[in-house]
Amino acid sequence: MKRFTAFIRKEFYHIFRDKRSLFILFGMPIAQIMLFGFAITNEINNVDIAILDYSKDATTKEIINKISASKYFSINQFLEHKTEIESEFKKGEIKAVLTFEKDFSKNLIKENHATIQIITDATDPNTANTISNFTNSILQKYQQELNKDIKISYQIVPQARMIYNAELKSVFMFVPGVMTIILMLVSAMMTSISITREKEMGTMEILLVSPLKPFQVIIGKVVPYIFLSIINAIVIIILSIFIFKMPVQGSLFLLGAESVLFIITSLSLGILISTMSATQQTAMMISLMGLMLPVIILSGFIFPISSMPTPLQVISNVIPAKWFIIILKAIMLKGVGITFIWKETLILIGMTIFFIGLSVKKYKIRLE
Amino acid sequence: MKTIGYIIQKEFKQIFRNKGMLPIIFILPLLQLLILSNAATFEIKNIKFSYIDNDHTSTSRALIETFNASDYFNVIAEFPNETLANDAMLNGEIDVILEVSRYFERDLIKDKHASLGVTINAIDGAAAGVENVYISQIVQRFNKKVQIELMHPSDKINLPKTITTTPSFWYNETLNYKTYMVPGILVLLVTMIVLFLSGMNIVREKEIGTLEQINVTPIKKSQFIIGKLLPFWVIGMGILTIGLVIAKIIFNVPMLGSFWLMYLYTSIYILVILGIGLFISNFTDTQQQAMFIAWFFVVIFILMSGLFTPIESMPIWAQNLTEFNPIKYFVEVMRMVMLKGSGFADILPQLLKTLLYAIIMNGLAVWSYKKTN
Repeated sequence: MKRFTAFIRKEFYHIFRDKRSLFILFGMPIAQIMLFGFAITNEINNVDIAILDYSKDATTKEIINKISASKYFSINQFLEHKTEIESEFKKGEIKAVLTFEKDFSKNLIKENHATIQIITDATDPNTANTISNFTNSILQKYQQELNKDIKISYQIVPQARMIYNAELKSVFMFVPGVMTIILMLVSAMMTSISITREKEMGTMEILLVSPLKPFQVIIGKVVPYIFLSIINAIVIIILSIFIFKMPVQGSLFLLGAESVLFIITSLSLGILISTMSATQQTAMMISLMGLMLPVIILSGFIFPISSMPTPLQVISNVIPAKWFIIILKAIMLKGVGITFIWKETLILIGMTIFFIGLSVKKYKIRLE
Repeated sequence: MKTIGYIIQKEFKQIFRNKGMLPIIFILPLLQLLILSNAATFEIKNIKFSYIDNDHTSTSRALIETFNASDYFNVIAEFPNETLANDAMLNGEIDVILEVSRYFERDLIKDKHASLGVTINAIDGAAAGVENVYISQIVQRFNKKVQIELMHPSDKINLPKTITTTPSFWYNETLNYKTYMVPGILVLLVTMIVLFLSGMNIVREKEIGTLEQINVTPIKKSQFIIGKLLPFWVIGMGILTIGLVIAKIIFNVPMLGSFWLMYLYTSIYILVILGIGLFISNFTDTQQQAMFIAWFFVVIFILMSGLFTPIESMPIWAQNLTEFNPIKYFVEVMRMVMLKGSGFADILPQLLKTLLYAIIMNGLAVWSYKKTN
């Protein structure tokens, strides 16, 4: 035991001696969560649009005012002719053109009906679709004003109640995701590199012939990183509560315990990577190239998993980050206890056991 | 010239000798392009829908049936009461609860007005907004049907004024997400491979001690740097080419613009990334440090590139920061040229900025390289 603690002490020395890495280790997650928490949103705001108004009358002016007053759009320019649209789209300055037909007011008064064409640059389908939806909802409100004297009968009116995030803040969606990605990548990368480093330098063999048992060597290498990651997690949680005003509806203790579990899962993934790679370079490329994009895309951090094709929904189940994001949102925003998230917790525990089991198996082969 | 040739030869040999790395460099990125491009969609569908019907009349059933028939909603369950529905929402089994009140049909016929309770899980605020729009649209359509069935002739005197919109989606009529994501993800993969490899390369020689050996040879700094970086430039262009073939053959992404424009831009862009990689290499002592720094910047570059989330929605200071993000320009250019057929004049601003960036980064890299010796 004494040998073991001495070994752990050595590992701590290694880490604390390298001031630059230490700075990176603590500084970067903080910088990232601050940057992303403020900057990233999947809302669509301030979309640059152009107006092509063939009638230029009082009604179209009123509608244009309504549109420019909304936070969704900013009117970038007024076009005179349809042929200009193509070149503007190619330059990429505007995302949509609202075209008012000729005699707009006249049609509206005489025939009770007028049309607006929404031409969108649909290379970005999400923005295109959203522009169309937003314009419609602005027009809907305008029509209600127009028709306020007419009582429309037989109406079913849905009363929507947005729960868990009444103001539809995208911070609530992204902070748990950013936290997960930082914890996962930092933990997996750090362990995989530190273990392969010993291999590459040849010092691993020295450790293996020492009286320490192989699993003690591995645990000894991992313990300092568990400690560092926990500090990182605490800092991130504090930042998200005080700076991003993330609520923690559920128990803070449960949140902490689940975070520790996820850190251990990521670290054991790191151990697995290190047993598969001979050099630091390979370990880093696997943990960066192999993990970064799949974790960002398939974890439900940005893209909703339920919209993915079924095979990818199945694949997403093997991404530990997916389960941790579900757990984080459930505890912080829904305020549930362990009874609601035991399944996700068990999956993370199962993955950890699987990673460690597989590493132990691979590790033994190397010894022979 | 001959010296550079030898260094390049050495680098290629080192790359192709490492059998563990080859699949990571060539297969992993393309596999990710194939798989992940399918996953990256903001389209909201298969919404997990449930309902509580307290009315049990033909109207309430007809209303629920319209939701069932819609492509957007998956009716998961019917709940007898609110408590059970809320529990399912907490569990994450459902995202929308529709509650039909006790006297729904009676109110509608008597008062000509009935309200409908809708509860939406709004953790993903943007998705919740879209779900709300879908629900209103379905209810609106249902209203029209009800009005036709129930309206008396006397109700028909005053027709309301209506403004209708006809959307027309240019360049991508079917709103296919893959054509939008494939160029973007390809850009990321090229960037990551080139940056990680070049960032690690020189620092590795430093760590192993072979850099000092090279420094005492008659190889000039410029020869050394060109010889070191050119192989990665070639690898980057190679991955781009294979990626474009995949985009065309498998994803059927339209390629409206000119290929030479894409290659011209990419050849300059990769220089920027190589410059950044070399710069990182010079300022770090170990591969571990180099990777952490590369990782830090790549995550920022990716998430702030406009690839996944729109740049216009960011606060102004963040939008200004994205001006320093090379991936942003690459994503823009590839999407413009491939999907819209933008020409040289259209992408000139991005091209010039990238060129300037390349000059500055490589200048800094070469300058700092001298200093470390």
